Amino acid sequence: MADLRELYQQVVLDHNRSPRNFREIPDATSTAEGTNPLCGDQITLYVTLDGDVIRDIAFQGSGCAISQASASLMTAAVKGMRKEEAESLFRAFHAMVTGGPDSQPDTRALGKLAALSGVRQFPARVKCANLAWHTLHEALHGSGEPVSTE
Amino acid sequence: MSTQLVSARPVRDVATVRRDFPVLSGTANGKPLVYLDNAATSQKPRQVIEALTRFYTEENANIHRGVHELSQRATLAYERARAKLQRFLNAADPHEIVFVRGATEAINLVAMTMARARFRRDDEVIVSTMEHHSNIVPWQIACEISGARLRVIPMSDAGELDLEAYVSLLNDRTRLVAVTHVSNSLGTINPVKEMARLAHDAGVPVLVDGAQAAPHGVIDVQDLGADFYAISGHKMFGPTGIGVLYGRADLLDALPPYQGGGEMIRSVTFEKTVYAPLPAKFEAGTPHIAGAIGLGAAVDYIRHLSWEWIHEHEHGLLEYATSALTAVQGLRIVGTAREKAAVISFVMDGIHAHDVGTILDQEGIAIRTGHHCTQPVMDRLGVPATARASFACYNTREEVDALVRGVEKVREVFG
Repeated sequence: MADLRELYQQVVLDHNRSPRNFREIPDATSTAEGTNPLCGDQITLYVTLDGDVIRDIAFQGSGCAISQASASLMTAAVKGMRKEEAESLFRAFHAMVTGGPDSQPDTRALGKLAALSGVRQFPARVKCANLAWHTLHEALHGSGEPVSTE
Repeated sequence: MSTQLVSARPVRDVATVRRDFPVLSGTANGKPLVYLDNAATSQKPRQVIEALTRFYTEENANIHRGVHELSQRATLAYERARAKLQRFLNAADPHEIVFVRGATEAINLVAMTMARARFRRDDEVIVSTMEHHSNIVPWQIACEISGARLRVIPMSDAGELDLEAYVSLLNDRTRLVAVTHVSNSLGTINPVKEMARLAHDAGVPVLVDGAQAAPHGVIDVQDLGADFYAISGHKMFGPTGIGVLYGRADLLDALPPYQGGGEMIRSVTFEKTVYAPLPAKFEAGTPHIAGAIGLGAAVDYIRHLSWEWIHEHEHGLLEYATSALTAVQGLRIVGTAREKAAVISFVMDGIHAHDVGTILDQEGIAIRTGHHCTQPVMDRLGVPATARASFACYNTREEVDALVRGVEKVREVFG
């Protein structure tokens, strides 16, 4: 049976209650909108790029604990990274949350993001965890179209 | 035969009713299933499941066109189902019962045909703030096609429509009022009889979205004064993919066909096609024959219960659950109209509805979370989403207790 304590780890609850980098960056070089229409999760992501490097990143939004904690943890993790490092982290994160209940998360590559590993036991919540990352991908590479998980 | 059910003494106890619904004795996430998502869809009694099986096992054929025995039996069963729905809604004539896919298609049928034949530029259609998207979007499309405008009846914080504002919206440009009988997200029971009277005083016909009203109380379209009434079979113990549009015969007659095809014509030549009379005019193509028969069985099933008992039992659940949930710290009920069906939407301090739903699901409790296809209601009340428990006559007080234990667990998880 799926474990609620693993889904709602203290780190997740803490980032939901006090999200990091929760602010607007008025002069961001790139912004992107992400929504999860099914449950109404919504985030706006602000990124300041310095060449290839994510110099600053912040978000605003509302939604479930998983979507908001994921956005908070993501901004903390990718700040200072090069674009391709962030993309590679997204791939590791995606593999973790979609790996299924028996998979072993690569905790060394994921660092604090491993706090969301419980999501792999809750397929209905994968979209919530991935929303921020899809939005980041859009901010870094996209057309400026709003991202939707549907 | 299901007809014998109706003549028997009405059933008035929940244990007997529960035994008729096989899924209710099952489990979810290893716990006994507590099914509180009846506003999304109801469960099916074995009488309905057996009617579907019987049709496909013994009577399956296309209808209204075969000379053979099986086709005649299928036709008879399909038309009998229509007569059952006529009695269920108290329509004046079986021809006023059009089988459709569900309430959504029923509303689209009226919206699209009216957009073509009745609505003109600057005409007005009135809907309310608490409509399901299926009673908003079809009218927006109809307005886009015809140049008509949508007007919206405002709603109070408690979730009641402002009838004074409604009266002031009615004018000589109003072509239709489309309003829900019962709100799916708030549970409000609207005074549709009075609203229909007010509309008729202004010479305006009324469409009532009854998807949430059946199977919770008597529906009498003539007494209500509903000119159109839409229901979905799957929300009233019937199959998915079947529903009914009731329409007053003179109004349906005056509308053009919705879809073209077989069944809906009297004669076809390349020069001129003559449409069939009601209700065939609106039933193009092979309909969901088994679904209609299954819905007929669902109506038989509802009729073998006592309406009085259904009302007492569901109202008892509503009052019991309302007081138990109100006592939970940090929980607020959204939708506190004086007249309510057994639907309870709620929010919890600092905890998103989606998280509430996941934690309850781990306890085997099925509820709905989100905006419930009523985004304007969420915007009006300033909540992004709610958790919603919706009851049917097979639910019990023990299930309410399980729900309350579940929300206490939510608080525990979130500390």
